Amino acid sequence: MKIATQQWPFVTHGTYIWRGHVEIAQLLFLAQSVKDEGGQLLALWGVDNRHVDAGFALHSVFLVAAGLCWVVTPLAAEYPHYPDLSALFPAADRQQRATYDLMGLVADGAVDTRKWLRHAAWPVDSFPLRRDFLAQPTAGNDDYPFIQVDGEGVHEIAVGPIHAGTIEPGHFRFSVIGERVLRLAERFGFAHKGVEKRFEGLSLEQGAKLAGRICGDSHTAYVMAYCMAVESATGTAVPDRARWLRALWLEMERVVNHLGDLGSLGNDAGLAFGFVQFWRLKEEWLRLSAALFGHRYLFDCIAPGGVARDLTHAGMLVDAALQLAQEASRLREVYDEHAGVQDRFINTGVVSARLAAHLGLTGLAGRASAQAWDARVQFPVPPYDVLEVKMATHQSGDVFARAAVRFDELAESLRLIRKIVHDMPRGSVLHTPPHDGATQREGLGWVEGWRGGVIMAVRIGVDGRLDRVHPHDPSWQNWPVLESGILGNIVADFPLINKSFNLAYSGVDI
Amino acid sequence: MAIFMMLKKILDTGMVSEMPVPTDLPACHDEQLLQSRICEVFGRAVAIRHVDTGSCNACELEINALSGPHYNIEGVGVTFVASPRHADVLLVTGPVTRHMESALMAAWEAMPAPKWVVAVGDCTGHDSLFGENYAVHGKLAEILPVNVMVTGCPPSPANILRGILACFQGTMTIKHVD
Repeated sequence: MKIATQQWPFVTHGTYIWRGHVEIAQLLFLAQSVKDEGGQLLALWGVDNRHVDAGFALHSVFLVAAGLCWVVTPLAAEYPHYPDLSALFPAADRQQRATYDLMGLVADGAVDTRKWLRHAAWPVDSFPLRRDFLAQPTAGNDDYPFIQVDGEGVHEIAVGPIHAGTIEPGHFRFSVIGERVLRLAERFGFAHKGVEKRFEGLSLEQGAKLAGRICGDSHTAYVMAYCMAVESATGTAVPDRARWLRALWLEMERVVNHLGDLGSLGNDAGLAFGFVQFWRLKEEWLRLSAALFGHRYLFDCIAPGGVARDLTHAGMLVDAALQLAQEASRLREVYDEHAGVQDRFINTGVVSARLAAHLGLTGLAGRASAQAWDARVQFPVPPYDVLEVKMATHQSGDVFARAAVRFDELAESLRLIRKIVHDMPRGSVLHTPPHDGATQREGLGWVEGWRGGVIMAVRIGVDGRLDRVHPHDPSWQNWPVLESGILGNIVADFPLINKSFNLAYSGVDI
Repeated sequence: MAIFMMLKKILDTGMVSEMPVPTDLPACHDEQLLQSRICEVFGRAVAIRHVDTGSCNACELEINALSGPHYNIEGVGVTFVASPRHADVLLVTGPVTRHMESALMAAWEAMPAPKWVVAVGDCTGHDSLFGENYAVHGKLAEILPVNVMVTGCPPSPANILRGILACFQGTMTIKHVD
C-alpha cells in the first residue's frame, strides 16, 4: 500500500485495516510518511513474544487515508528499544511511558521519561505484562515529579484523586496566577486494574465480558471492537442482522451519553433546568433500553460471532426516538436562546484546529475543532456503508462547539436508529467462532464510539484462549489536549471545560 | 424568550419524581418511617461520600442518575457531600485498585464516627471480573468494615438507594441488596 509517496508491504487484515512488519530502522521513516500524508498515530503498545520463541514487539496503529495501519516492529529480547515517536506525534508520549511501565520497552530519545501508569504498586524494575513477571505488590504512595511553575504570585491548586462530585479518580495540578490557569498537569493511573494481564488465558466469551467493563460508559463500543477483532482473527462471518443490531446499540449508547453530557453542561453553566430536562430524557431512555434489551446500558448484548439479544418491539423504539428528537430540538432552542449559557460556552476552553491537528485530537472533541474524522463516514463497515451517516463538525473548538457537535450527533443518531430499525434484515443473529486452534491468530477491531475511535487488538493462542489483548481508548489522545485547552481560562471554568470533553479515566488507566 | 420557553417546558413536563424506594423492601416502604429513622440516628439528613476505587464508570453513571429528577433522593434525606469530614456513609465502587488504596483509607479515616460503608457493584465483592492481581486488591470487605453490599453490574439507582437506606435498619451484619 502507498503512504504519502512510499510503497509499504502491508496487506489487508479486515475492512479498512492493513497490517505489516516494519523493522526498527524503518519505523521513523514510516511515521514521517504518515505525518506527511496528514495521518495520525492512534495507538501504541508492547507485546511479549518470548514464549513463542521471539523477543518483544512494538505494535503501533496509524490512521492514514486508506484506513488503519497496524504495524509490528520486532525488538530484541535483550535490548527492547525503539525510536521515540512522540516528537512526530505527541499522542505517543503517554503511551510510550505506559509501555515502559507495563512491558519495559524503551523509547530512545524521548524527552519525557517519567513513569505514567505506575505509581507504587509494583517495583520500577519489574514489568507486569511480561510473561515472567513475579513481583509481589509493593506499598507506598506515588512520588510523581510534577513540573513546577515559579514566579511571583504563582500558586498551585491540587485536586484529586477523589473529586468533589461523583467522578472517576484522577489528579489535576493547576498552577495559577490570580484566577488564570498558567499550567495544568494531569496525573492518572489511579484506576489501573491490570486489565491486559487479566485477559491472558480467558476464553473468548469471558474476554467479551471483561472488554465491556474497561470503560462502562462505552460498553457497546468496546465489546463491539473486541468481537470484531476476535471475528477477524478466527474468520467468523457475523450474520447480517447481528451487525445491524450492533450498530443500533452503538447509536443508542451515543444517544444516552450525549443526553447526559448536554444536561451536565447546562448544569455546569448554572442552568439547572438543562440538567433536569436532559437527565429526565436520559433516564427514560435507559428504562426503554432495559425494557427492550434487558439492561439499562445494554451490557452483554453483544457476543463473539453475533449478538445475544434481538429486537422485538421495534415500534416502541421508533416512537421513543421520534419523540426524543423533538424534545431535544426544543431544548437546543433554549440553550441557544439563553444568554447565560451562551456566555459560558462561547470562547471557553478553545482548542484551535491547528493545535488539534498537531496533538491528534480525535472523536467528537476533534470534530468540534475541525478534525473531520468519523470512522462511520470515511471507513464504514456494514451496516454503516448503507446508512449514510452525516458527520457533525464545527470550527470554533470551544465548549459551544463541543456542545453543538453533541446536539447534531444526537439528532443524527436518532435518525439512524429509526432507519436501522426500519431497514434491518431478518435472520439468525449468532455464528459462534470456531475453536479449532492449532495456530496463533490475531485480529484488530475499530469502532467509532460516542467519544471517538475505540481500538481492540486481540491475539488468540493455540489453545483457543486469549493470549494478548490491548484496548485503546480515544481519551489517550484527548487528555493531553485538555491541558492546553484550559490555558488562560479561569479555574472556575475547568469543570465546564472538562465536562465538554468528558474523557475516560478507567479507559486509559486500564 | 429563553425564560418563556423554559417555563412552558416545565409546565408541559410536570412532576416526574417517584416514590424514592419501590415498596418491595419491607422495612423501609414507609418514607416517613425511614426519614424518622435517619433523623433518629443523625438528627439530620444522611451525608454520603462516594469513592471510586477503579470502577469502569458504570456505577458512577447510576449514582449520578440518583441526582436526576426521577429519584427524589434529597426528599428522603440523602445528600452527597464533597468532604469525608461531613460524611456518615462511605459509598465505594470499583475493585479497590492498589493505586487508590491510600486515598480510600484517608477518606475513611477522615470520617467522624458513627460511620457506615456501602459497597456498590459486583466488582467490590467476590464476583469481581477483575479478580486479584498486581494492581487490584479485590474484595473491599477485607479492607473496610462493609455494612451493606449492593450487587449488580451496575446496580440500578433504586438498589443503590436501597443499599444506602439499609444501613439504618436493624442489625449491623453485612446486608445484601440485589
